[in-house]
Amino acid sequence: MDSQSQALTQSLLYLDNVSVVFDGFRALNALSLTIEEAEMRAIIGPNGAGKTTMMDVITGKTRPTKGEAVFAGVHDLTKMDEAAIAQLGIGRKFQTPTVFDMHTVEDNLLLALKEDRRAFSNIYWRRTPHEKERIDALLERIRLKDHRLRKAAELSHGQKQWLEIGMLLAQEPRLLLVDEPAAGMTDQETADTADLLRDIAKTQSVVVVEHDMQFVRDLDVKVTVLHEGSVLAEGSLDHVSANERVIEVYLGR
Amino acid sequence: MNDQASQPFSRTHCEKPKDCARTARSARRLLGYVFLLAALTFLSGVQPAAIGAASAQPASAPLAGADLAPALALLGTDSYGDTDAALGRLAVSTNTRAADIVEAIRDGRLLFDPQSKAVFLRMPDGAVTDAATGAAVGAPPAGLRPVRVNNRVRRAIDAAAGALALLSPDNQKRLAAAAAVFKSRDVSALPILDAALAKEGDPKVKTALEQARAAIIVASQSVSEPERVSAARLIAARGDQDALAILSSLPPNSPDAVKAAAADGIEAINRSLAMWAVAQNVWYGLSLGSVLLLAAIGLAITFGVMGVINMAHGEMVMLGAYTTYVVQEIIRTSAPFLFGWSLAIALPLAFLFTAIVGIIIERTVIRFLYGRPLETLLATWGISLILQQAVRSVFGPTNKEVGAPSWMSGAFDIGQMSITYNRLWIIVFSLLVFFALLLVLKRTALGLYVRAVTQNRRMAGAMGIRTGRIDALTFGLGSGIAGIAGVALSQIDNVSPNLGQGYIIDSFMVVVFGGVGNLWGTLVAAFGLGVANKLLEPFAGAVLGKILILVLIILFIQKRPRGLFALKGRAVEA
Amino acid sequence: MRGLGIIDRKGAVFLAIVLGAAVLVPASNLGLAETNPLHVSDYLVPLLGKYVCYALLAVAVDLVWGYCGVLSLGHGAFFALGGYAMGMYLMRQIGPRGVYGNPVLPDFMVFLNYKELPWFWWGFDVFPFALLMVFLVPGALAFLFGWFAFRSRVTGVYLSIITQAMTFALMLAFFRNDMGFGGNNGLTDFKDILGFSISADGTRTALFAASALALAGGYLVCRALVTSKYGKVLVAVRDAESRTRFLGYRVENYKLLCWVVSAMLAGLAGALYVPQVGIINPGEFAPANSIEMVIWVAVGGRGTLVGAALGALIVNAGKTWFTGMLPEAWLFALGALFVLVTLFLPRGVLGLWASLTEGRRKTTAPAPPAMPAAKPAE
Repeated sequence: MDSQSQALTQSLLYLDNVSVVFDGFRALNALSLTIEEAEMRAIIGPNGAGKTTMMDVITGKTRPTKGEAVFAGVHDLTKMDEAAIAQLGIGRKFQTPTVFDMHTVEDNLLLALKEDRRAFSNIYWRRTPHEKERIDALLERIRLKDHRLRKAAELSHGQKQWLEIGMLLAQEPRLLLVDEPAAGMTDQETADTADLLRDIAKTQSVVVVEHDMQFVRDLDVKVTVLHEGSVLAEGSLDHVSANERVIEVYLGR
Repeated sequence: MNDQASQPFSRTHCEKPKDCARTARSARRLLGYVFLLAALTFLSGVQPAAIGAASAQPASAPLAGADLAPALALLGTDSYGDTDAALGRLAVSTNTRAADIVEAIRDGRLLFDPQSKAVFLRMPDGAVTDAATGAAVGAPPAGLRPVRVNNRVRRAIDAAAGALALLSPDNQKRLAAAAAVFKSRDVSALPILDAALAKEGDPKVKTALEQARAAIIVASQSVSEPERVSAARLIAARGDQDALAILSSLPPNSPDAVKAAAADGIEAINRSLAMWAVAQNVWYGLSLGSVLLLAAIGLAITFGVMGVINMAHGEMVMLGAYTTYVVQEIIRTSAPFLFGWSLAIALPLAFLFTAIVGIIIERTVIRFLYGRPLETLLATWGISLILQQAVRSVFGPTNKEVGAPSWMSGAFDIGQMSITYNRLWIIVFSLLVFFALLLVLKRTALGLYVRAVTQNRRMAGAMGIRTGRIDALTFGLGSGIAGIAGVALSQIDNVSPNLGQGYIIDSFMVVVFGGVGNLWGTLVAAFGLGVANKLLEPFAGAVLGKILILVLIILFIQKRPRGLFALKGRAVEA
Repeated sequence: MRGLGIIDRKGAVFLAIVLGAAVLVPASNLGLAETNPLHVSDYLVPLLGKYVCYALLAVAVDLVWGYCGVLSLGHGAFFALGGYAMGMYLMRQIGPRGVYGNPVLPDFMVFLNYKELPWFWWGFDVFPFALLMVFLVPGALAFLFGWFAFRSRVTGVYLSIITQAMTFALMLAFFRNDMGFGGNNGLTDFKDILGFSISADGTRTALFAASALALAGGYLVCRALVTSKYGKVLVAVRDAESRTRFLGYRVENYKLLCWVVSAMLAGLAGALYVPQVGIINPGEFAPANSIEMVIWVAVGGRGTLVGAALGALIVNAGKTWFTGMLPEAWLFALGALFVLVTLFLPRGVLGLWASLTEGRRKTTAPAPPAMPAAKPAE
């Protein structure tokens, strides 16, 4: 079957009417959202608006109660597990930095590199020069070259955030989901992170969830405001900031 | 390495010596029936005349002592033949003294005066009374001799006693005698049955007598067909195994109508027996469930609420059982009159003792291991080994005898179901403990703190709750509950150092199956697994049934990795 | 694979000792006079052989627990199944020398009125087949169990508890006479293995050497796994399972492979254990045994393989000594060991050794981080 011609949409990510219900609590309520190829989008919203649940649905951690989630026009995300979705090219960075503490910085990146994920073939794996080059380049980009052989557990909070972004890049995903990348960072680190994300967005799509308004302003991209599990407003930051409802539920007067 | 190997069987096979005692008692009762049956057979075979006399004048016999006179006269002759004849008369006597006299002959307390032929009765306390009237005799004549007894007379005594029982003023005796006739189905007992029926006032005894009569005439050729059919229906109404035996052993030459009525009856009885069998198994299941609940409920706190994989939980139960033993020993030696209260005294002591042991364990070991559940498993396993060996060193490796107060022994029947009091009380007790615990957790300040600490330790600490103290108290509470479970389980299980080992795996299964952190889940899981186990047993056998349950739990955990009533939503994901 | 690169310094010492023992113990037992102080007595050879089997078992447990974070409380089941497979071979070797003299049926079957050999006993008179079963039976059970459990994402405490349920259920099953495995008494009274008398000195020393070789081989297999990229993924799964999933790894397959390999090694350990102790019975399935294995690993040092073997040796030598000298005190000692090791030696004896030697070299260096605590139930 020529699935490409039957594509539902040209968008890279297409969420339509997605609802998630936990024991009667609607975490997502008929949420619809599209992300285009090489687009960066900022998602904001109060706590409990469904930002994390939305990411859970996209990455296969949570099955939606109803609704559609389609990647690249053909892949039904609601029928796939996390590993399959990750292999499709969706990478995710968690709110609290999650790296492999007992592995070195280098090994963290190695594990993330877009390579064969099968168990058996990894038993016979040997490092190739190509892999080494890629790791070197990534270390350069996330400024951890000098920490290559340190255990990830020994890194500072900001360094862990960057290591995780580096792991995300190593996956070479088409879509990056980034949950509060600036949390716990110094102002300088925050600004650097914004630069890095903008750089990434030149080639890949990025969805950033963030509370830090200054950071969102730095990104200078289209903003989607979530509230009670559905989209409250969408547009430029100035546009949504002027929205009465957004001010009421999130920004405050 | 395999000293625990045979442990699981001891529980599946034999419930407790006490139950065996009960079985022995009912066996003795059965023996009694057989005896009575022999008596009636004898009565009918040897004494046709006497029976004839009885049936000739069934209900009109005067109640005065006068009708005793002919029998008493025969007893004074000192001849076995006459004694025998006298017993025949006594058997059909409606006089209330007849039974006493028969008993006195058996015990050698019936005396006669060789000169005057007068007959006297020596009471068990030694006083001599006039046999006919029961009036005390101030100065009994000298040279009184007991009425002699030989084997033939002894048989006559038994027969007379059986017949008299049917006419006894005591309801229970008449009931037992009617049941004996029902079993024996002896045609010759018919006349006396009719006599008894005619004057029977008690509806329960009357039913029993009617059933006994029906059991005889349903197979009798000399009775009219409609009467036999209604007899068959009467028997079917009993609905038990005995009725089934009678209806299925009708003579082959019985009329078709009788056969059809019997067949209907058999079918109805089989249906109802099957239902009763299920009901009995459900009861056994509830009983097992209550044991599982008792064993698991403390673990639902230490493991379910606190997240400590408490392998020493079984030993807390064991310590509770040993507390009971020690309490009973002290009562036995210094205050035996308190024995009926021993369990009530042991309960608070067991709770306190095991709670203190639990608090010590928590403060010295477990508090260093929070957030590392698998490490708590290893450490508490070590503690369980130490506790086992400590008890073994102090009390020895053998089973200790823990007695049951009288209100916990015995049994009663509901329909075709037998219910023992100790099991009944344990079910009641397990539910009481469960709801008391629920109340503590939901309605008290301690419960509030416990929930606060287990849900968010740091926040609770920040709000001024002394989390360390709450941890210790919670662990103490869980251990204490295990201790009082031990008091109850000492009533149905062998009190030995290995007692706890037998429960630990089951307890974990129950808590995991029910859903960790959910007390109601523990309740449902305990009774659910108990009943499922007992309903499987008739098909699979005890061991295979247990294996099936384990496999079922393993499969169930695949389907719902967090148990029956798992918390869902964000709280869990965090 | 990666050749000798998988052996580190610790491993080299370990292999040297194990392989040395494989040669020296038999040589000493057979070659030296009994009066020689270096003579290894006939009593000691099977005892040491038993320890070596336990060490292999501990290495298997450490592979899944230390590297994959799966705490199995059911490894005794795999060990016992391997033991039963070997026991069945040994039973068939008895032939007509049994009490009842039946050339085909083992004594207990004659006693239980079996008319013919049950189908699951077929082929066990052939050694290669029995050897295959030593690996296949535990492996198949582990595959089946792991396939379901890992796919359903049963983790942490829940997994530990159902592994315990598994071995408990098997114990109950093997206690049944009509299972066809000798019930309560198990399999015993063995005569020959591969045509050699099982009680001969030569056979015993050969069995010891075979066990030591198996331990060395098992260690190398595990080492090859954990030093590969596969092993790196395993550790990633242990420390952050869901992160690994979001990187695109099928965690269940990684766990399953490691689980099955571990079960097979445990089965091999059981198979070597049985001819040396002369009996296999359902008691080997007892959940308490499986828990004890975990403490061997914890004592030696989780996640080190060498430590697991060392822990098995220390605990079992301690057990032999205590039960000989102070039988009353053994459970106290074992219990205290459980408590003290978890409280004070989270990295085991090997970890203690590492921090001591490191402390001597550069006293100011920070102590290496303790083994990551097992994840709290997610």
